[in-house]
Amino acid sequence: MSVKVAEEWLNACSGCEISIVDLGERLLDVLSLVEFVHIPVLMDHKYLGQLGDGRHTEIPEADVGIISGGLRNEEHMEVALEMRKKCNIIIGLGTCATHGGIPALANSYYNEQILERYYSTETTDRPELIPCDGIPRLLDTCRALDEAIKVDVYLPGCPPHPDQVFGALVALLEGRPLEVSEKSVCNDCPTIREGKGQVKQLRRFLQAPFYNSPDEPLDKMRCLLEQGILCMGSVTKAGCGGGKVTPRCIAARVPCRGCSGPVKQDGNQLLDMLNALASNGIDIQSLPEHTSLLRFSGAHHLLRPNGKHKEV
Amino acid sequence: MSKVINISPITRIEGHASIAIQLDDRGNVSDCKVHFMSLRGFEKFVEGKPAEELPRIVTRICGICPWHHHLASNKAVDRCFGVTPPPAGRKLRELMQTIAHAEDKLLHFFFLAAADFVMGPDSDYKVRNVIGVAQANPELAQKVVRMRYMAKMILEKFAGKAIHPVAGVVGGFSKPILEEERKEFLKQMQEILDFALFTMDFAKTRVFPKYLDTVKTLGVIKTGFIGTVDDGGRLNLYEGKIRLMKPDSSYEDFDVQDYTDYIGERVVPYSYGKFPYARSWNEGFSLDLDDPKGIYRSNCLARLNVADSMATPKAQAELEEFRYLFGRPAQATLLYHWARLIEEVYACEHAIELLQDPELTDTNIRAKVEPKAGRGVGCVEAPRGTLIHDYSTDENGLITRANLIVGTTHNLGPINMSVNQAARMLIHDGKVDEGILNRIEMAVRAYDP
Repeated sequence: MSVKVAEEWLNACSGCEISIVDLGERLLDVLSLVEFVHIPVLMDHKYLGQLGDGRHTEIPEADVGIISGGLRNEEHMEVALEMRKKCNIIIGLGTCATHGGIPALANSYYNEQILERYYSTETTDRPELIPCDGIPRLLDTCRALDEAIKVDVYLPGCPPHPDQVFGALVALLEGRPLEVSEKSVCNDCPTIREGKGQVKQLRRFLQAPFYNSPDEPLDKMRCLLEQGILCMGSVTKAGCGGGKVTPRCIAARVPCRGCSGPVKQDGNQLLDMLNALASNGIDIQSLPEHTSLLRFSGAHHLLRPNGKHKEV
Repeated sequence: MSKVINISPITRIEGHASIAIQLDDRGNVSDCKVHFMSLRGFEKFVEGKPAEELPRIVTRICGICPWHHHLASNKAVDRCFGVTPPPAGRKLRELMQTIAHAEDKLLHFFFLAAADFVMGPDSDYKVRNVIGVAQANPELAQKVVRMRYMAKMILEKFAGKAIHPVAGVVGGFSKPILEEERKEFLKQMQEILDFALFTMDFAKTRVFPKYLDTVKTLGVIKTGFIGTVDDGGRLNLYEGKIRLMKPDSSYEDFDVQDYTDYIGERVVPYSYGKFPYARSWNEGFSLDLDDPKGIYRSNCLARLNVADSMATPKAQAELEEFRYLFGRPAQATLLYHWARLIEEVYACEHAIELLQDPELTDTNIRAKVEPKAGRGVGCVEAPRGTLIHDYSTDENGLITRANLIVGTTHNLGPINMSVNQAARMLIHDGKVDEGILNRIEMAVRAYDP
């Protein structure tokens, strides 16, 4: 008997869904083994009935519910609760679902400040009223999924690599628990770490890191943090490289910005990074600003309006 | 008795939207609205961030077209900091963007749209999707999945991240391309071009002819168009001047730095998303089906309409045939599907041109950059339309102000109009079935929002 799956995207960009599509030929295998009962990006099942005359959001029962995106408005909340009610297992897919993701940068501001800017840009004819007719009200903050419902499996990543998605789906089909790494991106990074803290100041990523020639392999390049470039690999969960292992940004000779969220689900990338810098003797004043250290994990009240961070 | 039909959510599109159709007591459409639900506030929360980080933040506006946000953002920051990327850096950006276009169009045609035509608009929703299409045509499905994966893997192999890319950097590109990579990708793109030509032919012989009546009637409205052209008036996806065409086919070209003189955005009470209109036409804003004001459309059909010609031979031949059949500008909304496949051919041909350029492998790919105060507008043609990122920076190179007009946004007004047209055409005397409601959604899907 095939496994029934329902999929939803909430305050999301669709990158996680594209990561599922990017399974390549494995996608056809997956489609033959699971039965999707609801997945708005690919399939026409409707919340309010196929004739649009229902009154309450209804999603069919499923063995597994996959949800990408955090919660930003009342409809997201309603859909999340309905998914929890109808699915035996809920997977939070992607960092927006697990930690708020980039959209949770909004938590640095009050909703009024965000609406005020959005509806007064230089191209906008300023309205008398903020839109509210037939569209869901904003929640006061952008939340991770587990701030509203119980999440059984966390699969962060922005987006998770297709190999990670495939691994999760296979584990589910075989009925065994999903193993999610408890290590950091540095664990998978091939660059050379000497551990000597010669660098005292960080420089912004405005020039290329040092390496000898374009065809020189990554394991001949010095660690980017040790080159004085902010790299958040040490405070970020491993796994983004999928089967090829090498972290994806490092493969482009670009530093990590923490898109898979903290190493441990309840970690704080801002505190952990400031600690890591300090213990390496790097002046934390050389960071141009701090909020960006929580750019992927600002839900759970970690980012707050007026530049405040929890416990900082 | 009056009632409301809610199509919620609109499915097989990339964003969050729903349709509310109001029927009067005789069961005819009295009002119809498309609600665009998403509001995230990027314009606000990027403030204070180092400008060079923005190309890695704004990608999350859209996981389907992150390359285009990434590059429009890089171009805006280049301009804030007054830097010009070296030729190879510029070309690597363009190559990645062009390949991203190529995979995106395959995704939309086969994964999202095809089911309506291959399985039919009235088929059961349980099979009216890519899964149904794959079961009915397993060989084709395998080929589609393999070709799109190949394009996506070029992006990943070369640039690290294919979704939410990081390899475009302020001043150029993060790594040069090696000769063996260039050769490998060239061979792969030639294979994808063959598939693009097959798809074009498949659609023209086996898909569109069956639905020509629907194409000529469903969601048809009369609007202007926007797109980017080069100095010779040829379609360009990466750079050029913006061409804004009126419904009567007269047009004006402008530099995107001046976009605020040409484009305004109207706020309507039933949508978080704003509705752009042509401010420079000085006729105001109205979605009236019989007498729209200021309304223009973006995305592939718009680009083909505004362009005098295509820059590559096979795409040019397709454009000539398209224009012979449908005129210029072509207004039928479902022709977006046809236009998309012509652009697919162009994207493959152009990627091959770039991969054959001897300058591509040059290792000078990134200019020296100093943060400074400035303003810059960066623009590319995203799959869904003219994508504008406009930033200001302070003397430390931190963002002080941002305005964004995203490709699909241009089409929010027109989508409302097309849905209205379709609903009024299809719903009479209260008779509604799944096939009718799906046809109304097809008028949305053509825009690929």
